[in-house]
Amino acid sequence: MADLHPDNPYAKDRFADPSKKVEFSPEAKKKFDWILTRYPTKEAALLPALHLAQEQWGWISPETVHYVSELLDLSPATVFGVVSFYNMYNQKPVGKYHLQVCTNLSCMVTRAYDIYEHLCEKLDLKPGETTPDGRFTVGEVECLGSCNTAPVVQVNNDYHENMSVEKIEQLLTNLK
Amino acid sequence: MEPIKVLTANVDKPNSKSIEVYLEGGGYEAARKALQMKPEEIVQLVKDSELRGRGGAGFPTGNKWGFVPKNAPKPTYLLCNADEAEPGTFKDRVIIEKDPHLLLEGMIIAAYAIASNPMAYIYIRGEFHYGSTVLNKAIEEAQAKGFLGKNIFGSGFDFDITVHRGAGAYICGEETGLIESVEGHRGQPRVKPPFPAVVGVFGGPTVVQNVETLSCVPFIISKGPDWFKSFGTPKNTGPKLYCVSGRVKKPGVYEFPMGVNLKELIYDHCGGIVGDRKLKAVIPGGASAPMLKPDEIDLPLNFDAVMKAGSMLGSAGVIVLDETVCIVDAVWRLSKFFAHESCGQCTPCREGTNWMESILDRLERGEGRQQDADLLLDMADNIGGKSLCALGDAAIGPVISSVKKFRDEYLYHVTNKSCMPGTTRYRRLDMPVAAH
Ligand SMILES: Cc1cc2nc3c(=O)[nH]c(=O)nc-3n(C[C@H](O)[C@H](O)[C@H](O)COP(=O)(O)O)c2cc1C
Ligand code: SF4
Ligand code: FES
Repeated sequence: MADLHPDNPYAKDRFADPSKKVEFSPEAKKKFDWILTRYPTKEAALLPALHLAQEQWGWISPETVHYVSELLDLSPATVFGVVSFYNMYNQKPVGKYHLQVCTNLSCMVTRAYDIYEHLCEKLDLKPGETTPDGRFTVGEVECLGSCNTAPVVQVNNDYHENMSVEKIEQLLTNLK
Repeated sequence: MEPIKVLTANVDKPNSKSIEVYLEGGGYEAARKALQMKPEEIVQLVKDSELRGRGGAGFPTGNKWGFVPKNAPKPTYLLCNADEAEPGTFKDRVIIEKDPHLLLEGMIIAAYAIASNPMAYIYIRGEFHYGSTVLNKAIEEAQAKGFLGKNIFGSGFDFDITVHRGAGAYICGEETGLIESVEGHRGQPRVKPPFPAVVGVFGGPTVVQNVETLSCVPFIISKGPDWFKSFGTPKNTGPKLYCVSGRVKKPGVYEFPMGVNLKELIYDHCGGIVGDRKLKAVIPGGASAPMLKPDEIDLPLNFDAVMKAGSMLGSAGVIVLDETVCIVDAVWRLSKFFAHESCGQCTPCREGTNWMESILDRLERGEGRQQDADLLLDMADNIGGKSLCALGDAAIGPVISSVKKFRDEYLYHVTNKSCMPGTTRYRRLDMPVAAH
């Protein structure tokens, strides 16, 4: 699965900064407490807890790893092991709009790479990079389970289906 | 063969996802009926229906339920597999988003039949964010009506469901990877035995079942196994959702009795190939299924017939490739997928998938070597059957079948350092590639 990207904060021996305390918002805390009631073990709440954390902070920072590990009585290494296994947990901050182009086979043969390449060039980004204004991050994803409406671009939680270079242009101007 | 509307009976109704619409169509009557029966009677009906798993392996569902030990020391669990990450597959999403109560009803019946503990999980891929909100809403609606919770339908059976979101890992669709992921771990598959039906999630006997499989169950209860078997042929029974994508005019989810003819599906129901071009290859059952050539597609899409043709029905994700597609490029993309998704536990799969991707990439770049086609077969031989879970075997399906069936196209890349005339490579070779 995901390798440590060279500019991944974890790759540079970065430890959690104790001066940067993180804490769930009251609503997130409420959800977290409810999640705990739904599983027979605390550890099973790890994936949902990380989703909650990412909703709140946009990525999983080393501080978040420590915070979640304390909440669930796990070691930070265990939590980080899980974070790095799953693609959807961002190991570094992403832009306000995370544009992920599906390039798997059904999307590829309906010209998804044109969209992906257009985005990379137009925004001057390599996969995983974010524009300096913090608006856009571009990436490639595997099949999104929507091949009948290929090509598909996932923007944050939403699918944009039957896409084309023209439509992605339109979308970029709409996403302010 | 004409399309049918059994699993998709509700999906075109306005607001089909609401419990009111579901109840108008007779919803939850099957669960009410089932909970007055004995669990063994339900298992027998499902066995009699010859229902086979729709997630990929086609294992007889009733038999799986029958394996659950009666007096296990730990509670029994039902897990619904809504990971739907096999490239080319998008059928479960229709049920999840358009008819979630059908799935919930199937889960209630299945849970009762296997004497499940009072909590089951739907493992939904993280990308289906909207789907997870639909399911959560449906669960709330069902709880409000008393269809989930304590003492359902006055039967004394307590049962509730939690939606557990994955986070972007195909391997969590493999049942033991899924179990690990529910427990809060990296989704690395377990060695079998013990099989999940004996020791699964949280140490208890566990039944993992695909969304579509569970959605068949209410019909078996309400209409009986004989009605269910009236669709399809012996051992390949029931209504079936087929996903068609790629270079066809009308891609989509189509419902037929199990065993629609593949050629008919592509040409009559999906309108044929885009631009009326010639067909080059069909992947009949999701990315893991070996490719078929145009002269091999006159066959019923059921478990046994596709297996006999040297491929597999898998998730019924039919991917259609026309004459303009470069086979090496297509197989490169699938290999990149498997290399990315290998969980890294076993050396043949972890290393082999990456090497296959690299060799296919160098062929595309015009740097291929004369022996590459055979090298790919040799590598595939070192992965297949030598890895812990079925991902390793899946990864070699497209490689072996394409080298055997399109060897000329591989050799053309070596000799001419380009794709065959008339075929397209869809990506530019100068673009950055993400690490995996
Ligand atoms: C690599 C891999 C990925 C899988 N992905 C899925 C999936 O996304 N959805 C699914 O239902 N089954 C998937 N399966 C099959 C499951 O392991 C399991 O057989 C299935 O969920 C059992 O349910 P069924 O009998 O109802 O089909 C996958 C298997 C493997 C080896
Ligand atoms: S075969 Fe591949 S995916 Fe399966 S357990 Fe081994 S390394 Fe992981
Ligand atoms: S290949 Fe892109 S959604 Fe399936």
